Amino acid sequence: MMGKVTIVKPGFFATVQDKGRFGFSKYGVPRSGAMDQFSFAMANLLLDNEENDACIEFAFQGLVLKFSEDTLIIITGAYVTIFLNGIKQEMYRRIKILKNDVLEFNYDKKGMYTYIGIKGGFLTPVVLNSRSFYTSITSDSVLKKGAELPYMKNESTNDQFSSISKPLLLDNSNSIEVYTGPEYSLLSQEQKSTLLSLDFTISNTISRMAIQLEEKLSNNLPSMLTSPVLPGTIQLTPSGNLIILMRDCQTTGGYPRVLQVSEISMNTIAQKKVGEKIQFKLLGE
Amino acid sequence: MKFELQYKRYSESAILIEWPSEVNEDILNDLLSYKKYLEKNGTKLIVEIVPAYNSLLICYKITIEDVYSEISTLKSNYFTDFEQVDTKKRRWEIPVCYDTALAPDLETFSSKKSLTVDEVISLHSTPIYTIYFIGFLPGFLYLGGLHKKLHLSRKETPSLKVKKGSVAIGGNQTGIYPSDSPGGWHVIGMCPLDFFDPTLEKPCVFEPGDFIKFRPIDNLEYNAISSKVTQNKYQLQPVVL
Repeated sequence: MMGKVTIVKPGFFATVQDKGRFGFSKYGVPRSGAMDQFSFAMANLLLDNEENDACIEFAFQGLVLKFSEDTLIIITGAYVTIFLNGIKQEMYRRIKILKNDVLEFNYDKKGMYTYIGIKGGFLTPVVLNSRSFYTSITSDSVLKKGAELPYMKNESTNDQFSSISKPLLLDNSNSIEVYTGPEYSLLSQEQKSTLLSLDFTISNTISRMAIQLEEKLSNNLPSMLTSPVLPGTIQLTPSGNLIILMRDCQTTGGYPRVLQVSEISMNTIAQKKVGEKIQFKLLGE
Repeated sequence: MKFELQYKRYSESAILIEWPSEVNEDILNDLLSYKKYLEKNGTKLIVEIVPAYNSLLICYKITIEDVYSEISTLKSNYFTDFEQVDTKKRRWEIPVCYDTALAPDLETFSSKKSLTVDEVISLHSTPIYTIYFIGFLPGFLYLGGLHKKLHLSRKETPSLKVKKGSVAIGGNQTGIYPSDSPGGWHVIGMCPLDFFDPTLEKPCVFEPGDFIKFRPIDNLEYNAISSKVTQNKYQLQPVVL
């Protein structure tokens, strides 16, 4: 039997995400997928779900949900205080949901993206092999007030609460692992050493598409032909801005690609807030 | 014709292959032929190959354990005598309405280029354009072949919303916006067709290596085609050359 979650209040930038949309880059379709794939994977793991089951991803607070049927859920990622019908619940621990339960959150000022996993995943439509929201691909680009997300009813009374201690999970490190990008070799020694030694600050220009850094790097690289890019590619714009492409980034770009963030560090950087500092650490050639 | 290629690790699970930094059809045909060969005969660990003007990004399912041995496999693949794709080309005729009511920038564009509106229309709709690759937005075609007289640098302040179907010029490129999007290009026409349909298994009918030609239509025909497209009754057929 199907249940549905109703979005009572949409909160801030809530979307449905899975691992992402693979195989359609050649048509210009972004990969999308959970910004912090580690916290997303953890949610499905702790629920014994399939690894690609869809979760809700949201930033900060304000999201209020109401469930129409019994199920199990779990909350991972950026720290929040969870209220189920007004009663506090723990993150990283299965939460039993009953018919008509209402779920709310208070943001705990650490991290950017929180994940709500549900037993069997949220069953929103699959478009081009993925449930991840993206404008012009899925009918919705964010969760709106009144939206209803289907899920399979689950009546298991789960007493085997699996949980993980929180501090292990969100990576506090400011060190971001990178590889050299295709145009790295065009940089001068001075540009390279600045790039690898400076403390960079997360600017307020951040989205699921890209994170811009506050500090600039002098740039005199020649213009280049548009070429493929991936999430994690760090571009250097003509005005010297460094832009880290994130999960919803375009498939091609025309700015020099100076660094490529490692897949693990992508999750770390996704959880950094405006004003936080990072340093790049070059991985062996 | 073989080129001197550069192979670079791009990420844990992707390798970038670069041709000389030029936009030309010899490179395009070689790159597409090699791509087709790899899709058929390359390792099954390749999940996707993303083309652009002078590069292919080879994406693998898992972390590449030994980049050097993978690159040497790719190199030997390149020097196999693979079949060229440039034999059967398709040409698509794309209807475009160059009515100033639908093309907000057509008049300013013309005056900036010291051309009449009719000259702009003729210069834009006469050439045969080559599709090099798809990027920027789902279904956005990167076209080669814009007449030099129509080159004009992008707007200094991009428009917040360029409408779906807008036919526009930016720098030395022309293209069609497949969906509403912010954009800095000059809109000189409107196309009633859909360039991307996410409900189809192959969401975009156009392919790199295809040719397109713009066919000027009037307002009446624009509306007629538009309503057929909405009712799913418009079939665009390519000419096989």
